[in-house]
Amino acid sequence: MSSNWFKRVKEGITTSTKEKKETPEGLWHKCDKCKTVYTLQEIQKLYWVCDRCSHHGRIGSEEYFQILFDDGKYKELDAKLTSGDPLDFEDTKKYTDRVKATIKSTGLYDAIRTAAGKLDGHDFVIACMDFDFIGGSLGSVMGEKIARAIDHAIKINAPFMIISKSGGARMMEAGFSLMQMAKVSGKLGQLSEAKLPYISLLTHPTTGGVTASFAMLGDLNIAEPEALIGFAGPRVVKETIGRDLPDGFQTSEFVLEHGFLDYIVHRGELRDKVALSLKLFRS
Amino acid sequence: MTTYLDFEEPIRELEEQIANTKEIGENTGVDMADKVGELEKKLVATTKEIFSGLSPWQRVQLSRHPDRPYTLAYIKAIAGDTFQEIHGDRGVKDDKAMVGGFGLLDGETVMFIGQQKGVNTKMRQYRNFGMPNPEGYRKALRLMKLAEKFNKPIVTFIDTPGAFPGLEAEERGQGEAIARNIYEMMRLKVPVICIIIGEGASGGALGIGVGDKVVMLENTWYSVISPESCSSILWRSWEYKERAADALKLTSSDMKKNGLVDDVIPEPINGAHRNHEAIFETVKKHISKYLKDLKKVDPDKRIDNRIKKFSKMGVWK
Ligand SMILES: [Zn+2]
Repeated sequence: MSSNWFKRVKEGITTSTKEKKETPEGLWHKCDKCKTVYTLQEIQKLYWVCDRCSHHGRIGSEEYFQILFDDGKYKELDAKLTSGDPLDFEDTKKYTDRVKATIKSTGLYDAIRTAAGKLDGHDFVIACMDFDFIGGSLGSVMGEKIARAIDHAIKINAPFMIISKSGGARMMEAGFSLMQMAKVSGKLGQLSEAKLPYISLLTHPTTGGVTASFAMLGDLNIAEPEALIGFAGPRVVKETIGRDLPDGFQTSEFVLEHGFLDYIVHRGELRDKVALSLKLFRS
Repeated sequence: MTTYLDFEEPIRELEEQIANTKEIGENTGVDMADKVGELEKKLVATTKEIFSGLSPWQRVQLSRHPDRPYTLAYIKAIAGDTFQEIHGDRGVKDDKAMVGGFGLLDGETVMFIGQQKGVNTKMRQYRNFGMPNPEGYRKALRLMKLAEKFNKPIVTFIDTPGAFPGLEAEERGQGEAIARNIYEMMRLKVPVICIIIGEGASGGALGIGVGDKVVMLENTWYSVISPESCSSILWRSWEYKERAADALKLTSSDMKKNGLVDDVIPEPINGAHRNHEAIFETVKKHISKYLKDLKKVDPDKRIDNRIKKFSKMGVWK
């Protein structure tokens, strides 16, 4: 594995708030799978992939931008777009309060960030979800930011990538949330007409409306190892069939085997593999 | 046998009284016309009162009313004997929860497609409760492409509690199947009309729901999740389905108000389930009108309008 590559990665990455909170005093990180303990600095350098068991720990948009863009440099697009509350939605909490509190606790404005930069010297546009923001849920802001990012990619003639990490629709935007699936799909059609490649990277977890729309529509659908990928969540499927699910059900490896992914990529090789894919489209 | 929902109970009582009064009249030879007339007036007033004040949850109940017509009933009423059902996705199997085929409407060929629910216990199983598997969505897409090839407009009837969340559905790519349909429908060169005739649950509905005209019958619902599931996720209990139905703004009038559907097709005063002939007629008239309008638009322009319509949906700051 490309541990050399990891050493090239510059230090001082922003870690997502949730990870920080889970680490006692911000000093240690324990692998979720094999429980190996790392110093925060060590695991940051490994991009939260366990050296011992290869478990891919959760990271956010900032880390992916650092991995993929040349020198970690990028220009963020529509950074401060935030949710409206079209339905005046209230469950156990007001939607507006939930959004406000999440902005405060995560330092993010919504569940996706979009950015333009370079990969191997070529223009590249990426939209990357943040699971910490209401489960990476798909609402109007995510739909609009992706749509605008696609417009930008078409304008600068650049390939486009979406990194998905989402529980699906944002219920508090109900019908508005649902229609984002159609909205983004329409935009992807325009990208396709411009003959620009679209790479969809599915990471843990990618389910619901995100899977049932743009995450499955890549010219290349690729995934990180052992990610949960599905339309219905495993609990719902289990209830439906009334028995336990087979081992490995709805993992990246399962989805690859059934023909819905092009390849699985270790995070350590993500940059090089994506760069090669884009070079092959280009050359 | 007619089924009455709890809030339809006063209607059932009045209908029973009217029937009894008529019977007494016939048996005794006493003229009961005045009494019957009075009761019938009361029935109209009561029906109006009940149906004008329906809560969102009551609309959801109506959308699932067992006496409501399902997709094939609409198609057969519209196209009659000219409807020729065609089957299969050419890959896995013929999904009985998704039906379709060509038929004539006012002498012109139309591709009809829709989710199909079963009319009795046995048929409900056979139709998988209107929950298609991936092959259902792929069958629908095959039919849409067939229509496009021969330049025939497409009408879809949406009535599903959701895409089937089964093991094989996941293996065969339920997510990909729905995604592909949404993507391809956005770019179909022929006019596409989508009508929610019952339940419009989430991606399972949207999988045949991208069109130039997306319209809802009055007593239907369309949203990203059912009120029951929403209740269980957001309130962590099944008890809040009424509140969830309110919060989701899933009724035809709310969806129209929010610009998420293009039109609402009115139902007979006592609901589509009580007067099939009337709703078939209304739906047919609406389809004819939409088709007439859409045919005037150049195909490229129509696609452009379709993409722009969905692009505008959303609220942000
Ligand atoms: Zn480990």
